[in-house]
Formats: sequence, C-alpha cells, structure tokens
Amino acid sequence: MTVNSPPAKSDRRRGIATPPVVFVLVLVPFLVETIGVFYPAIQGVLLSFVKWNGLSAAEPIGLANYAALTTDTVFIGALRNTAIWMVLFGGLSFVGGLAIALLFQAERRGVGIYRTVVFLPMVFSLVVTALIWNAVYQPTGILNETLRALGLESWTRLWLGDPNTALYAIIVAALWRQIGYVMVLFLAGLKAIDPTLMEAARVDGASVWQRFRYVTLPQLRSVNLVVISILVIEALRSFDIVYAMTNGGPFRSSELLSTYMYSTAFTGRQLGYSSAIAVVIFVLALGVIISYLVRAFSESKED
Amino acid sequence: MTTTQILNPPLSPPSGSNTRNRRWRVRRHANTLLFHSSSIVISAFWFFPIALVILTSFRSLSDIFQNGVGSIPGSGLVITNYADAWTEAGMFQAMMNSFIITIPVVLLSLGLSSFAAFALSRYRLKFRRTLLLVMLAGNLLPVQLMLIPYVRIAEGLGIFDMFVTVIAVQTALGLGFYTFVLYGFMRAIPFELQDAASIDGAGPLRIFFQIVLPLCRPALAALGALAFTWIFNDLLMSITLLRTDDKFPVTAAVVSLQGEFSAQWNLIAAATVIAAIPCVIVFLIFQRSFIGGLALGAVK
Repeated sequence: MTVNSPPAKSDRRRGIATPPVVFVLVLVPFLVETIGVFYPAIQGVLLSFVKWNGLSAAEPIGLANYAALTTDTVFIGALRNTAIWMVLFGGLSFVGGLAIALLFQAERRGVGIYRTVVFLPMVFSLVVTALIWNAVYQPTGILNETLRALGLESWTRLWLGDPNTALYAIIVAALWRQIGYVMVLFLAGLKAIDPTLMEAARVDGASVWQRFRYVTLPQLRSVNLVVISILVIEALRSFDIVYAMTNGGPFRSSELLSTYMYSTAFTGRQLGYSSAIAVVIFVLALGVIISYLVRAFSESKED
Repeated sequence: MTTTQILNPPLSPPSGSNTRNRRWRVRRHANTLLFHSSSIVISAFWFFPIALVILTSFRSLSDIFQNGVGSIPGSGLVITNYADAWTEAGMFQAMMNSFIITIPVVLLSLGLSSFAAFALSRYRLKFRRTLLLVMLAGNLLPVQLMLIPYVRIAEGLGIFDMFVTVIAVQTALGLGFYTFVLYGFMRAIPFELQDAASIDGAGPLRIFFQIVLPLCRPALAALGALAFTWIFNDLLMSITLLRTDDKFPVTAAVVSLQGEFSAQWNLIAAATVIAAIPCVIVFLIFQRSFIGGLALGAVK
C-alpha cells in the first residue's frame, strides 16, 4: 500500500481537471464577501474624500476632511482616548490573561470551576457587561456603598459621570470581560509547550522566574503575537460597551474613534468627515492586519 | 530501563529521612492552600458583579428606591420583574428578533464558508492561497469603514430597517474567518478518502456532503457556537441598520430600555439577565468545543 501511494500523489499534483462545480463552490462565497465587505469598504474610503450630508449631492473636496481632523479637538481627544484604551485594555488583558493562565494551567482539583468563572463574562455581550457595571458604578451602587462602609466617603464619586474617571471605569468593565478570553488563548499555548523542556530547566536548577523568562515566554512567542493582534484589532473596534455606558460622555471624556465616527455619521450627518475617521481607524489597524495575515499564511505554507 | 528511570524520577520525594519527607508534604499543602486562596479571590471578583445583577433582578422597585442599588435588600425578593421585563419592557419581542437574525446568519455563513473551504482545501485551484488571504483580510477590516456605505446601499435598495439586511451583512462579515478555520481543518482530512470516492465515481458535491462535511462536525460545532454568541451579542450592526424599536434585537432593546426605565434597576437587571441567558446556555452545552474553537483560530 505504502509503495503505491507516491504515484497516486504525483497524479494529484499534476492535477486531474477540476470539476466546474468546484469553482461555483468557491466563487459564490467570494462574491458574497465582495459585495458585502470589499465593495462597501472601497465606498467607505472614497466617501472620505467628499463632503456629504446624505441629502444633497456629494461634493468632492480632496483631502480637506483629513486636514480638518488635524485641528478637531474632539477628534484629537478621541485619538488620545483610543491610545489609552489600547494600552490599558490591551496591556492589562494581556498581562492579566497570562498571569491567570499561569495560575490555572495545571490540571488540579477545582481548577475547571475557576477557569469557567473567569471565562463566563466572555459569553455575555458587551451590552450586558455594560449594564452589569453600570449598576456597580451607580451613585448608590455597590462601589460607592463599599467605600462608604470602609470610611472612604471622600473617594466616592459618580464614576461614569466624572470626566476624570469615566474612561477608566469603562476599561475596568471591558477588562473583566476580556481577560477570560486571553486566558483561554494562553492556556492553549501553555498546553502546547513540551513538558520535557520545563523538566530539563528544573533539573538544571532554574528558578521559577528563570523558567518563566527563558522557557515559557519564548515558547509562547507565536501565541503572544496572535493575542496582541486580536487585542489591537478589538481595541480599535470597541464601540458597544462605550455606547451603552457613557456614549462618549461626559463632555466627550470617554469618546473613542469608533464612537466619534458613529456620532458624526448618524447624529451629525457629516458622512464624508465620518468616513475619514473610519479610514484613520483602518490605517491604525493596518499594520496589525498585515502582520496577522503574514503569520497565518507563513504557517500554512507547507503544501 | 535504567535510563528511563533516571529521566522520569518518581513523583514522590526520595524516601530518605522522615523529616525531609514531612517538610516536603507541608510545602505541598502550603502550595495547594495558596493556589486555592488566590483562585477563590480571583473567582470571587469575577463572579461578584454577576451575583449582584441577579440579586438586583429579584428586588422590588420600592426597595431599590428607598435603599439604593448597592444596598443589602431591605424587603423580600420578588419574581415579578422578570414578567414585567418579558412583556411590558418588550424582551419577548426582542428575543424573537435576535433569533430571527442570529439563526439564519449562523447557518448561511457556516454553509457558504464550508463550501469555499472545501473547494480551496481539496482541489488544486489556481490562486487559492491568494483567495483565502483576501477572504481572511476582509474579516479583519474595521466595520466602521463599511457602516455608512451599508446604510446608503440599504436605503438605495429599499431594504433599510429590515432583518434581511442585517442577516446579509453579518453573513458576509463572518465568511473570511470561518473559511480560514475550516480550510485548516479540511486540509487535514486524508486525500485517500477523496481519491477512493472519486474513483468510485462520486462528484465533488457527493464528496463534500458524504465525506468531508461529516468529518468536520467538531469544527462546525465550535464555529457554530462561537458564531451564535458573536451575532447574538452584536449591537453596532443592529442599531445602524434597523430603526424601528419593534425590530430591535436583545442588545439594542436593552440599551434603549436603560434610557426608558432609567432608575428602575430591578427591571433593567431582569432584562440584563434575560439577555445573557441564551448565550450562557449555548456556552454550557458546547463548552468544550466553544473553548477549543477560540483556541483554534489562535494556536495551530
């Protein structure tokens, strides 16, 4: 049998004529994606070069929308908040998810329950997450009540109504939902590490920190890249939770690029200007998208 | 024999002196204690907000008005909030809308992407890698780029504020990722099976439905469970493409409920719990494939 298989393989390699129905199978989904994703995306880019309110005729204005962005203080604030969001939401999900995965990696009694509890919020929508934490942050909510009970009356505040805390309060809620997801990705990555490596390091007398630094982290490199890509793309897409908690307020203090884009489009009816913000989001995501694709395809090269 | 024994020392401590043995056991106990106490603290932090919202959903309105959302319940618990949320606050209608949108999207996007993955992974088509790359790239685009064109196109075609529009858009948006994952899965199926079937005269469709698709059941279950929660939980597309309140799915309905019944946290909490239930059920049923599916996209 094994002797016979090489010729069969080379036969396939030469290519038996592909039945026409196969082309239909691949073209139909590709056309759906072209009409439903690529065509609108190109339209979105083109719209960023016009001034349009959706009613009168669109007026081509070249790069004027982008020029206007550079002096728009709300846009600059949203850009800064998006950067804060990316660093805190992305960074803390990464660190928290990795730390909890390390704690929960060994199969021991009870660990399944702990993992499930931390993962559970991930199945809630961002809207449900927002509402749960809205209740926590209410003026008479559990957070303020707890602070009062601890005698920290001066620390109480309107967490979502105070421009100094609103963004960070939302980030805490988003982290609560996201960390379980990152934990699952790291658990899968940790499981894939060859246990003999760790054993060898242990036998050589490496400390816990050394084992983490010189064995675990390098072994997790490809997972790290995926987690970072996912976090950056999700951070740039984040919309639902801000929309449901503060809608960018108070005084635009929690406005992200995505929420600002939405309000300029559907409240302000500045469709061209809003498209320019969407293009900025796209450009910021581009680097990550490309590196993700390169990785995904360099690994599936073997055939 | 001797080498394996050296490489795999027995897990129990070397039985030398009795005191060393005891010290080892104490350290192991301390370790277990430390693990469980830190895990319990973490789990408590994660579970606490959920417990709180469940508790709030059973409190009466007067209790919340008198004592605040964050207080210990002052009076007895009631179940009427759920009935109110279900009927008066429109959660029943919203739940139906969510299913009307989610189920067709899951079936359509998984169906179409398994066609594409089958053709790309089982036949030597030209440009198949390019095609797969382009399809996955489409999935990674920020949806913000497409929002205004979606509304414009839907208005142009006269299908704005209709379920079919949300279904079409969500189906198209998911295709790239599902195709990519299924492609990886289908490529691992031995070609000998397909060759044997071809020799017996089976066409591509027969090979797809009778050989490849049944073997992909685990991947389809994982992606199906994930897709269900992703579509069910989405807010942005519904509020962009739908206008009538009666057509809002659960996510959008809960957000507008929050504005409408702003201080009635008992009702909002009940609606929140209702909104979370379908995905929790899907998660509990498909737990293993669900988590496996998340890792599938990341670790290959």
